[in-house]
Amino acid sequence: MQYGISILLSGISLGGQYALIAIGYTMVYGILRLINFAHGDVFMVAGLMMVYLSASLPLAAAIPLMIILTVLLGFIIERAAYKPLRTAPRMSVMISAIGVSYLLQNLATYVTGGLPQMYPALPGLSNQLTIAGVSTKYVTVVTPVLVVLLVAALTQLINHTRIGMAMRAVSRDFETAQLMGIRINSVISVTFIIGSLLAAIGSLLYFTNYQSIVPLSGSLPGLRAFVAAVFGGIGSIPGAVVGAFLIGICESVIKGSDWSVFSDAFTFAILIVVLCVKPTGLFGEKVTDKV
Amino acid sequence: MLNEKKSKRGTVIALLCALALLALVVLLENTMKPTGMLFTVLKKGAVYALVAVSMNLLNGFTGLFSLGQAGFMLLGAYTYAILTIPTADREAVYYLYNGSAVNFSLPELFGGGAVGLVLGVLLALFLGGCVAAAVAWLIGLPVLRLKSDYLAIATLGFAEIIRAIFQWDPLGPVTNGANALKSFPTFSSFNIQNADGKVILRLSTFVPFLLAGVCVAVIVLLINSTYGRAFKAIRDDEVAAEAMGINLARHKRLAFCISSFFAGVGGGLFAMFANQAQAKVFTTAMTYEILLIVVIGGIGSISGSCIAAFLYVAASEWWLRFLDAETYIGSFKVPFLRTGFRMVVFSVIIMVVVLFFRKGIMGDKELPDLLKKRQKKATKEAVQP
Amino acid sequence: MSEQLLRLDHITMQFGGVVAVDDLELEVNEGEIVALIGPNGAGKTTAFNVITGVYQPTNGAVWFDGAKIIENHPQGKMKKQYKGQCDGLYTETLSPTPDKITRAGMARTFQNIRLWKTQTVFDNVLIAKHCRSTSSVFSAAFRLNRKEEAAQRAQVEELLEIVGLSDVKNELATSLPYGKQRRLEIARALAAEPKLLLLDEPAAGMNPQETEELTAFIGEIREKFKITILLIEHHMNLVMGISDRIYVLDFGKLIAHGTPAEIQKNQRVIDAYLGVADDA
Repeated sequence: MQYGISILLSGISLGGQYALIAIGYTMVYGILRLINFAHGDVFMVAGLMMVYLSASLPLAAAIPLMIILTVLLGFIIERAAYKPLRTAPRMSVMISAIGVSYLLQNLATYVTGGLPQMYPALPGLSNQLTIAGVSTKYVTVVTPVLVVLLVAALTQLINHTRIGMAMRAVSRDFETAQLMGIRINSVISVTFIIGSLLAAIGSLLYFTNYQSIVPLSGSLPGLRAFVAAVFGGIGSIPGAVVGAFLIGICESVIKGSDWSVFSDAFTFAILIVVLCVKPTGLFGEKVTDKV
Repeated sequence: MLNEKKSKRGTVIALLCALALLALVVLLENTMKPTGMLFTVLKKGAVYALVAVSMNLLNGFTGLFSLGQAGFMLLGAYTYAILTIPTADREAVYYLYNGSAVNFSLPELFGGGAVGLVLGVLLALFLGGCVAAAVAWLIGLPVLRLKSDYLAIATLGFAEIIRAIFQWDPLGPVTNGANALKSFPTFSSFNIQNADGKVILRLSTFVPFLLAGVCVAVIVLLINSTYGRAFKAIRDDEVAAEAMGINLARHKRLAFCISSFFAGVGGGLFAMFANQAQAKVFTTAMTYEILLIVVIGGIGSISGSCIAAFLYVAASEWWLRFLDAETYIGSFKVPFLRTGFRMVVFSVIIMVVVLFFRKGIMGDKELPDLLKKRQKKATKEAVQP
Repeated sequence: MSEQLLRLDHITMQFGGVVAVDDLELEVNEGEIVALIGPNGAGKTTAFNVITGVYQPTNGAVWFDGAKIIENHPQGKMKKQYKGQCDGLYTETLSPTPDKITRAGMARTFQNIRLWKTQTVFDNVLIAKHCRSTSSVFSAAFRLNRKEEAAQRAQVEELLEIVGLSDVKNELATSLPYGKQRRLEIARALAAEPKLLLLDEPAAGMNPQETEELTAFIGEIREKFKITILLIEHHMNLVMGISDRIYVLDFGKLIAHGTPAEIQKNQRVIDAYLGVADDA
C-alpha cells in the first residue's frame, strides 16, 4: 500500500513537471506546426544555469535570473533558427530544430566537461515531508498545485486577453491571421516566451527531485512531454496537461516494476499507438484537406 | 538513338571512375601507413555514405521524413554479428549467458577459409538487410500513413524501442544483452596473408568501398528507373501521383523497405568497421548524424550524400580534432580549446549550413550534371569568339 | 446507341453539416463529351473528387465500364447527421483508392495545376505510364525491363508530338507558360491510357483565343484517342461549342440536364447561372 502511494505521488509530481514542458510543445505546434526538438534541451540548459548561478548568487537572485535567461534563450532560438525558415518546407525547420538541440547538448557537454552537475537544494522544495506514511519531498506536493495555478493563469490569458485571441487565431489559420493584421512575429515570440517560462519553472521542480544533470537530461523528459502533448491532443493545452499526468503516472508505475528497462520504450509505444489509432489525441480536432 | 549512345557512354565512364577509385584505395593502403587516420576516415566514410544514401532515398527522393535509420542499422549489425561469430569464440563472447543460442557461423558453413569468409560475410550482410527490411515492412503498415512530422517521431520511437529490446536481458542468449558482440569477421579479416602470417596485400579499406559502392550503384539504378520516378512524383505531389495511378501505400512501403534494407547492410558494415556490435551505440544521435550528412550534401543528391559523408567523418574524426586539445602559444593558453569544443564548432557549422546553405553542397544535382553544365558552357564559349 | 461508360446513382457528399453534392444522378456514354457546369461552390469539383475516389461519398454508388466501383451509405457519426435522401438503398461499402480507379480506366486533370515541379515535361508524362508497367522493382532496377521502358518512352514521345510539346520535352515542367502547362497536364492524363478523361476547368485563366484552341484540341483528342470526356468548365463558348450533353448543378443539386441548345433555353439555368445577354 505504501509502495503504491509512493508510486502515485511520484507519478503525479513527474506528471506535473512534464505538463509544464508539454504545454510549450503543444503551443508551438499549434501555431507553427513545428515539433520543437530543442525544447527539452532548453529545459536542461535552464537546470544547468541554475547550478552555475546559485554557485555565485543568492537563491533569491539566482532563480529569477535563471528564469529570465531561459526565456531569453527560447526567444533567441526562435528568432535565429526558426524565423528565417518560416517559408521553407516543413522538413527544413524540423532539421533546424534538431540542429539546435544538437548544439545545446554539445555546448552543455563542453561547458560541464561531461561531468554530471549537482542541482542545488532549494529550501521549501527539497525538504522532506511525510504523506500517508510515505516519505517524500515538498516538491511532490508543490508541483501539482503550481501546475494547476499556472495552467489556470494561462487559460485566462488565452481566452480573455487580446494577445490570447491573436494566438488562437494564428493557430487556426496562419495566413488569414496575418492578412487580418495580426503581428505574427509578436504572437510567435510570446508563444515561445511562455513555453520557455513554463519549462524554466518545470526544471526547478524536476531537478529538485532528480538532482543530477547531464547534457542528455533534457531529451528524454522532452520526448515524454511531447508524447503527452500528442496523447492529449496536439494544440490543446488541457489535453497536454491531462496527457502529461497520465504519462507521469504510467512511467512511475513501470519504473517500479520488473520491466523498468522498457520505460522509455513504453513511452514511444504509447505514442505510436495514439498516432495510429487516434492521431488527434484525447482532446484534439480533426481537419480535412481540400484537394 | 543519340540519347542511348550518350547514356551508354556515361555508364562506361562512371564504371571506369569507380574502378579507378577502388584501385587508388588499394594502392594507398598498401603504400602508406595502414593505421593512419586517413584509413579510419575512408572506412567510416564509406559506411556512412551508404547509410546516408539510404536515408536520402527515403527522405530526399520519396519525401518521407523518417528518423529510424539507427534502428535499422542496429538490426543489420546484430544479424550480421550473430550469424558470423566463429563457433569456437561464442562461449567467450556470450560469457554472461553461458554460450549463444545460435551455434553456427556462416563462414564455417561455407567451408571456412577464404571462400567461406567471402560467401559467409556476403550472405550475413544480405540477411542483415533482409531482417531490417522485414521489420520496416511491419513498422510501415501503421506508420507510413502519418503526416511528415508524426512519421519522424514515430520512426524515432520505433528505433528506440528496437534498441531497448536488444538490450533486454532475457534475450541475452541471442543478443548478448547489454554487452557487445565481438570476434566476428571485420574488414581486416580480408587482408591477404602469406604462409608466415605476414600481410602481403591489405584490402581492409578496399572491402568497404567495394561493398558500399555496389549498394550505392544499385540505389542509383533504382532512382533512375520507373519506380524511382514514381518515388519522386510522390515527393513532389502525392495527390497527383495517386491520381496518375501510383498506389501511395505500396510505393511508400517499398521505399521504406528498400531504404531500411540498405541501412541494415550499412549497419553490418558498421559493425565490421567498429569491430563490435553494441546496441547502445545505435542511438537517435547516430540518426541525427546521418540526417545532417544528408542535409549538408543536399537532400535529393546521391553524390552529395557521398561527398558529405566523407567530409563529415574527416571533419569530426580528424581535421577538427585539434580543437579538443589544450594548446599553448608560448606560455599563452589559447581560450576555448579543450575537450568538447570540436563538437560545439561542428554543431555551429551545421546550423550555418541549415540556415544559410539550405540546398547543401549539391542541392538536388548530381556530379554528372555539374560536369555537363561545364561542357555546355565550354561549347558555348567556343562558338562565340 | 453507345455503351454507358460512367453512371452516378444518388451520389450525396456531406461534410459535417454541409451537403456539397445532393443526390446527383449522371451518366456518360462512350465517345461523348459531357460537361458539368454551375456557379462556384455548386459541387462540381466535389463530384469529380467522388468519381475519382479522392472523397468517399456519404451515400450512393458509381458504376464504371459495366462494374460498380464505388458504393457507400451513411455510417457511424454520419448516420445521425445525414440530411440527404435514399439512404436505405445502399448497403455495401466499396471505396477504392484513386490509383485503383485510374488503373480501371479514368484519368483527370486538376483545377489548380498539379504538375511534378522537379521533373521535366517528358518525365511528367512518363511517370503517368508507371501504373501501366508490369515490371517489379527488381526488374526495373536491374534494367531487365528495357523493352517495356523503351516502348513506354516511344509512346510518350508520340503523345508529346500530338499535343505539340515535343520541342520543350526536356525543360522543367514549371518553366512552361501557363497554357502549355495545362496542355501538359492533359497529356499526362492521357498517358495513363484512360477510357474516360476528366478535365477540371481546363480553360481556367485562358484568354478567348487560347480557349478556342483548347476547344479544337479537346475535339481532336476525342477523335485520335477514341476517348470519352467529362469536363467541368465556366467558359461557356467552350462548353456550348463542344459538349454533347450538359449537366447543371446549383448548391449541390442537379437543376437541369440536356443538349447545349436545351440548356441555353432553360429558365432555371439562366436564372441561376447563365444570365441573359444584354444586347438580346
